[in-house]
Amino acid sequence: MERRRLAWLLLAPTLLVLAVVAFYPLAQTLAYSFTDARLGSSRPVHFVGLRNYFDLLVDPRFYSSLSLTVRFATVTVVFEFTLGLIIALVINSQFRGRGLMRAAVLVPWAIPTVMSTQMWKWMYHDVFGVLNDLGLRCGLLAAPVAWAADPAYLFPALCAVDIWKTTPFIALMLLAGLQVIPADIYEAADIDGASPLQQFWALTLPLLRPAIVVTLIFRTLDALRAFDIFYVMVGNRPHYQTLAVFNQQVLVEFSRVGPGSAISVVIFLLIAFFVFVYMRLFGVRE
Amino acid sequence: MGTSLACAHTRKLAPLAEQAQYLALPRVELTVFVVRALLWVGFIVFLANLTVPAPPPSTSATLRTTPPPVPRPDRRWAGTTLTYYGERPGFGMAFERALLRQFEQDTGIRVNYIPRPLSASECYASYQRVFQARSPDVDVMMVDVVWPGALAPHLVPLSLSTEGFLPQLVENSMVDGKLVAMPGYLGAGLLYYRTDLLQRYGYEGPPRSFDELEQMAKSIQAGEKPVNPRFVGFVWQGYTYEGLTCNALEWQVSQGGGQMLDQVDSPEALRAFSRAAGWIGTISPAGVTGYQEEDVRNVFEGGNAAFMRHWPYCYASGNAPGSPVKGRFEVAPLPGASVLGGWEWAVSAYSRHPQAAEQLVAYQTCLPVQRWRAVEGAFLPTRPELYKDPELLERMPFCAIMPEVFRQAITRPSTRCRDLYNEASSIYFQGVATVLQGGDPAASMGRVRRDLSELMQP
Repeated sequence: MERRRLAWLLLAPTLLVLAVVAFYPLAQTLAYSFTDARLGSSRPVHFVGLRNYFDLLVDPRFYSSLSLTVRFATVTVVFEFTLGLIIALVINSQFRGRGLMRAAVLVPWAIPTVMSTQMWKWMYHDVFGVLNDLGLRCGLLAAPVAWAADPAYLFPALCAVDIWKTTPFIALMLLAGLQVIPADIYEAADIDGASPLQQFWALTLPLLRPAIVVTLIFRTLDALRAFDIFYVMVGNRPHYQTLAVFNQQVLVEFSRVGPGSAISVVIFLLIAFFVFVYMRLFGVRE
Repeated sequence: MGTSLACAHTRKLAPLAEQAQYLALPRVELTVFVVRALLWVGFIVFLANLTVPAPPPSTSATLRTTPPPVPRPDRRWAGTTLTYYGERPGFGMAFERALLRQFEQDTGIRVNYIPRPLSASECYASYQRVFQARSPDVDVMMVDVVWPGALAPHLVPLSLSTEGFLPQLVENSMVDGKLVAMPGYLGAGLLYYRTDLLQRYGYEGPPRSFDELEQMAKSIQAGEKPVNPRFVGFVWQGYTYEGLTCNALEWQVSQGGGQMLDQVDSPEALRAFSRAAGWIGTISPAGVTGYQEEDVRNVFEGGNAAFMRHWPYCYASGNAPGSPVKGRFEVAPLPGASVLGGWEWAVSAYSRHPQAAEQLVAYQTCLPVQRWRAVEGAFLPTRPELYKDPELLERMPFCAIMPEVFRQAITRPSTRCRDLYNEASSIYFQGVATVLQGGDPAASMGRVRRDLSELMQP
């Protein structure tokens, strides 16, 4: 009994901090989502029930941003995971300059996203951009292409920025996973005559599973909350607003705290759903 | 898969001692690895900094003269300290510092100057937060001409005289019969054109209609493109933001399409938007839907465009020493009407020193200061009489056409929309952006009209 009380006592600060920084804002957002509150307004706030949610259900912008967000998350996570795994396997092996290589891989991740997106925006520029300049000089392009404005190239261009930026993060997470796999099991596999490919499928991948699950959860959640790349590259362009950009526009630019909070709650539920699916899929207990 | 092969083999060849370490101390190894990686990143960033040349000093204005003294200075509030959200970082800061030094000296009021955020929408959001908290931390602020309607409940009605100011601007700053902001300087959409190219292709003067503009842009572009593959006929602000509202409203009004709030899907308006959509990829670059002010200016000032729609400040930058188009361009009114822009000075309703604050507003907008700012920095005055000033006309000859531009100028419906302006403008520019992206004009703008009327319902 005494021990149990001590445990609660020791946990109390953590729970308190969590309550203040996580549960309170969440509850407040939820409460706001049922009102017509506005920023910087002296009008009285009314309870409107589920109206904000019903409005959202008939808003075409909501569906276009939901579909964009999910498409973006799928494309980027698949590419980032594949490339990240390859890079992790390469930099896990022994070669000269490995330390330098490992550090160099991290550079894109170390640059703040707003800055790297602005950099990419300039590289994509149709008149001054380095991509068009190289393309024209090498004869790959006949005329400059508006990578960051032409609807035909915009979505891949946005995904490329995220993939460039976040692959190193995945590589690092997976590398950490690779480092704790004991080497002797590979020796045993060699003695048993398993081919490197068999070793990869039968040893590396299963043993890497905990790292893979954590990485995928992290990345999917991040991609579903995507804001900065889109905001810097295309702003509020129709059909290119992610849920988070749409949320920012309604909540901050239009000062509509009620509907904005409703979108925040939807994003929260969407992310919770994806976490649940991953947990089920990979059977993570704990 | 080849990598896993390499991986497996190197593991086998690794010395036994090292493998033992991996087994026993994975965490220590990981920490060491992370620390090492961070050190390397730091080192690379350091190297990158060494090799990248330092950027040239930003274009800060060098002032030739000191600002005029405060007319009839009032020393009753000497010793008060005002907090002031003034000019954003960049060109205007030198002007602001010089003016505030003069003001402090003449009135004894101290001013704590905070440059406002670079982007107007961020600036608007930070004012909203200050007002939401009813914070007395800000006394005086610069506000965009489209904000008085929205910010009026949080601004002090001013008792300053608006005699001699441009009537549209004064009207725009009056909310419920009260003056809530003083117009300080303004902008209006202008057509910049390359005089050398017009001459080479046999045109006498700038276009007077969009038809002429299209035709001239097309033939100049056809002639220049073989020499310079980047060359385009006409550049404008097509990014999805407030600037697109300005451009689209100019097309709509100029071509008889009516006003922004009521007639966005009139046949004339739809024709105007479809016409603009047709420019993309023909006389305007495909990337124009990604262009804000500075992108547009860079294309034109780099010598890569025949025409440009822009605000007045490009006249100064385009004629700066080293500019490739220096002396090779001129400014004309846009075909039709142009949208008014600009900045005003206002006092927060939560300020503890409203009278002292009003002194600063009066100084920032007084005739001598407007004249000084215009002559020194091409900030266009809000008092029409200054456009007859010989010194101003000599430095910026295009000022002679400005009274005509102002007479026809369009103001955005910010006073009518009040705090809904941002949303109304977003509905409008997002609708226009959909058309520019290839959406059906009638359907897109029909939805804009419905959304706008729903928004404006009392």
